[in-house]
Amino acid sequence: MGFLSNLINGISLGSVYAIIALGYTMVYGIAKMLNFAHGDVIMIGAYVCFFAISRWNLNPIIGILLAMVICTILGVIIERLAYKPLRSAPSLAVLITAIGMSYLLQNSALLMWSANTKVFPSIINKSSEVRELFGGSVVITNGTLSLFSGQLTITLTSLITVLVCIIVMLILTWFTGKTKMGKAMRACSEDTGAAQLMGINVNGTISMTFAIGSALAAIAGVLLCASYPALSPTTGSMPGIKAFTAAVFGGIGSIPGAMLGGILLGVIEIFGKAYISTQLSDAIVFAVLIIVLLVKPTGLLGKQIHEKV
Amino acid sequence: MKTMKKSTTANILCYGIIIVFFVVIQAMLSSGSIGTQLKGLLVPVCCYIVMAISLNLTVGVLGELSLGHAGFMSVGAFVGAIVCTCLETVIPLGPARLAIGMIIGALFAGLAGFLIGIPVLRLKGDYLAIVTLAFGEIIKNLALCLYVGLDGNGLHFGFLSSIRALGMEEGARTIVDGPVGLQGITKISTFTSGIVLILITLLIVLNLVNSRSGRAIMALRDNRIAAESVGIPVTKYKLMAFVTSAAIAGAAGCLYAMNYSTVVATKFDFNASILVLVFVVLGGLGNMWGSIIATGLLYVLPEILRQFNSDIQKYRMLIYAIVLILVMLATNNKAIRGFFSKMKDAISRTASGRRKSKGGEQGE
Amino acid sequence: MSNYEWQNRPETKLVDVPSVNKIPERDIDKSPILEARHLGIDFGGLTAVDDFNMAIGRTEIAGLIGPNGAGKTTIFNLITKVYQPTRGTILLDGKDTNNMTTELVNKAGIARTFQNIRLFASLTVEDNVKIGLHNHIKYGMWSGILRLPKYWRAEKIAHERAMELLSIFDMQDYANLQAGSLPYGAQRRLEIVRALATNPSLLLLDEPAAGMNPSETGELMDNIVKVRDTFQIAVMLIEHDMNLVMGICEGICVVNFGKIIAKGTPREIQNSPEVIEAYLGRKKEG
Repeated sequence: MGFLSNLINGISLGSVYAIIALGYTMVYGIAKMLNFAHGDVIMIGAYVCFFAISRWNLNPIIGILLAMVICTILGVIIERLAYKPLRSAPSLAVLITAIGMSYLLQNSALLMWSANTKVFPSIINKSSEVRELFGGSVVITNGTLSLFSGQLTITLTSLITVLVCIIVMLILTWFTGKTKMGKAMRACSEDTGAAQLMGINVNGTISMTFAIGSALAAIAGVLLCASYPALSPTTGSMPGIKAFTAAVFGGIGSIPGAMLGGILLGVIEIFGKAYISTQLSDAIVFAVLIIVLLVKPTGLLGKQIHEKV
Repeated sequence: MKTMKKSTTANILCYGIIIVFFVVIQAMLSSGSIGTQLKGLLVPVCCYIVMAISLNLTVGVLGELSLGHAGFMSVGAFVGAIVCTCLETVIPLGPARLAIGMIIGALFAGLAGFLIGIPVLRLKGDYLAIVTLAFGEIIKNLALCLYVGLDGNGLHFGFLSSIRALGMEEGARTIVDGPVGLQGITKISTFTSGIVLILITLLIVLNLVNSRSGRAIMALRDNRIAAESVGIPVTKYKLMAFVTSAAIAGAAGCLYAMNYSTVVATKFDFNASILVLVFVVLGGLGNMWGSIIATGLLYVLPEILRQFNSDIQKYRMLIYAIVLILVMLATNNKAIRGFFSKMKDAISRTASGRRKSKGGEQGE
Repeated sequence: MSNYEWQNRPETKLVDVPSVNKIPERDIDKSPILEARHLGIDFGGLTAVDDFNMAIGRTEIAGLIGPNGAGKTTIFNLITKVYQPTRGTILLDGKDTNNMTTELVNKAGIARTFQNIRLFASLTVEDNVKIGLHNHIKYGMWSGILRLPKYWRAEKIAHERAMELLSIFDMQDYANLQAGSLPYGAQRRLEIVRALATNPSLLLLDEPAAGMNPSETGELMDNIVKVRDTFQIAVMLIEHDMNLVMGICEGICVVNFGKIIAKGTPREIQNSPEVIEAYLGRKKEG
């Protein structure tokens, strides 16, 4: 069952990318900017949780919540300080500022916590105690789930990652569809001017979007390090780029698109590593992206924007 | 209403400034007043200046965001280094070999630009940016899996295997060793060749921009639909800008590679592309002189900060990032912009006022 | 103010052309420069233009009018292949423009201006015109880079031609100004000059008088007729200013909801009940 376990690993990795991609796509939809610093907020979230668990001996759940709180505050501060003043500036200027912010976060982390790779502690109970569920068909031991008498193994980490992603997706869909703030966010991404005229607090809505995105980044950081425990100041960089690619892949500005893009990207990456070549897995991922965009130029679920002539 | 000066005399003046600068630096070099660290930056800064000018052609003049420019540098670096190594016995003269390496590197990079450009330039805005980023990463990945060796029988290429798998004779020379990159390169890059490359690049780019083709390219940037309606073939001119930009980057790559004995492909990754983009934006889109100055200052800045006491040295990258953010905020702040344009108007009014005082004409 | 009493000029006699269209009698010995037959386009479920038939004589000044949203600019976009028609054919000088792109249509002889001005804002006025000359005064990329003699000769000719064209609209003094910084009326005129630089046989003007006061409009009317007379080309314009339309147009086509509701001379159009209804609504009974 190599195929299935690769598939599950792919979905798990893809879930992490999806959660990161959600942050990129929501911010792009509402502020029309690519927040390059997003990948580094992930890294900060992971570090906060790391210190919470290993230095301050807090409960992992508290650690995650703390990471979310700090990342949310960080995200809002970054938005207010660096992006808000440039709202009317050309998009390239905001892009460069975001790049500068990314450098800032990476180098601050480097100064504070050094470049030494830290090992992220395991959050999942990996005891060798054996627990059985559903009358023995599901066996849990060493942090792994065994189904069908050991024919299929799933790590608890992967399972939890996928579950968290599904929960996030459901909450976000409910939020943007049914709540007042969610509707405000959708209105602002359609037309900021009109939204303002309707009495929507655009500044507050944009800040809220960054806040949500950053909170998601914290969750993603923790989940990423749960599966791949090496933590250093540049940990967020490559997943950030890949998630950004996933967001565009699925159609930038589309929330279901970010989910779809993220998961597909994770699956393609793991399959590429497993069946073609480890060294070329990144190239394969990007090649698939290019092919898809050539066939469907606005991404899988993206909207066609027609220019009025 | 804004008047725009014809800048031919200004251009000639600026070529002169570069030559003067070159002479000054040479003098400082021979008198030993430049530290070793700064000396080591002379060739790389020339490479990055050429990269910035070429990226400016795509981003500033054509108006398309490219996030994979370092990929073309990579192609030029590897091809150029292979060519130079192969020609070592045939052409013993360093500068000549370097020139040939740069030309062939540029050709291959231009070809890569052409192959990539055809599908990519159909895409819009952010999608185009992402695809260029993707291609840059693909090129980096492929370069990391490349094995090239030279022996008595000629050149051997391998992919995803190892140097031994190439089956070469004893005493064969490894040129590219997979993830370890270029090996055992004879360094033939010089500051002089860097300055010459800058001058040639400027000549090509500035002459292209101030010509019929340049106008077509800028028309595409300003208003693609209007350009089509006056009969400008869109793909042709987009490709022209993109391929020229890629080829020049390839030449810069070769110069860069021949400056070190080993070069890893990861040097030409997304971060390198972003670095060049920062230089281009800070120097001003479409402004070639701005690219030169911005690159020169910013590339050297971390090194200059290193000269200070070691406390500040630790924080130099942080300072760099903060400076970058502050500069972006400052140059895009409406209040500051208004201040500068008022100053510009005041200066041009006094200048024209002096000229017109004799004629007694009414001002505009 | 215009220096010609447009209201009292003699009316051009229109004659039939085989495909149920009319062009000026003086143009009858040559084929119409443009013929649209059963032209139509659908956007998804919406039919924006349907069964559009029109012929334009070689030196005719034709008008395309109708209420807002009637499909006039869409028709221009169909003729210039910004949209590909779903139905019908367009014959330019007898040639079917079936698979042409916008660029090829321009090379074949149609030039246009836009409802929302589309200038090359960051370039100078002169450069905007020189871009119009792109396909007529040519030299290759390398001639430009290496500054070969061909470059110097061609640029000189281009400069002279551009200044010549600008002087038609009295804009030579603006040559070195940035196009985006011109006043609105000058920008509109520049667009026309740029279109003329492409040496068209048919000039499509989309609301050329928008935003102009009566005196500017009068000048524009003189200039359009001057252009037609000097270059011996056909002009089709979309306009809402009825003084201009009735003043210089020889054949007028009225559209509403994507369909033609009337065609003919200005007098016929002014008296057509369908046109009156489209603009003013139906007269109340009793």
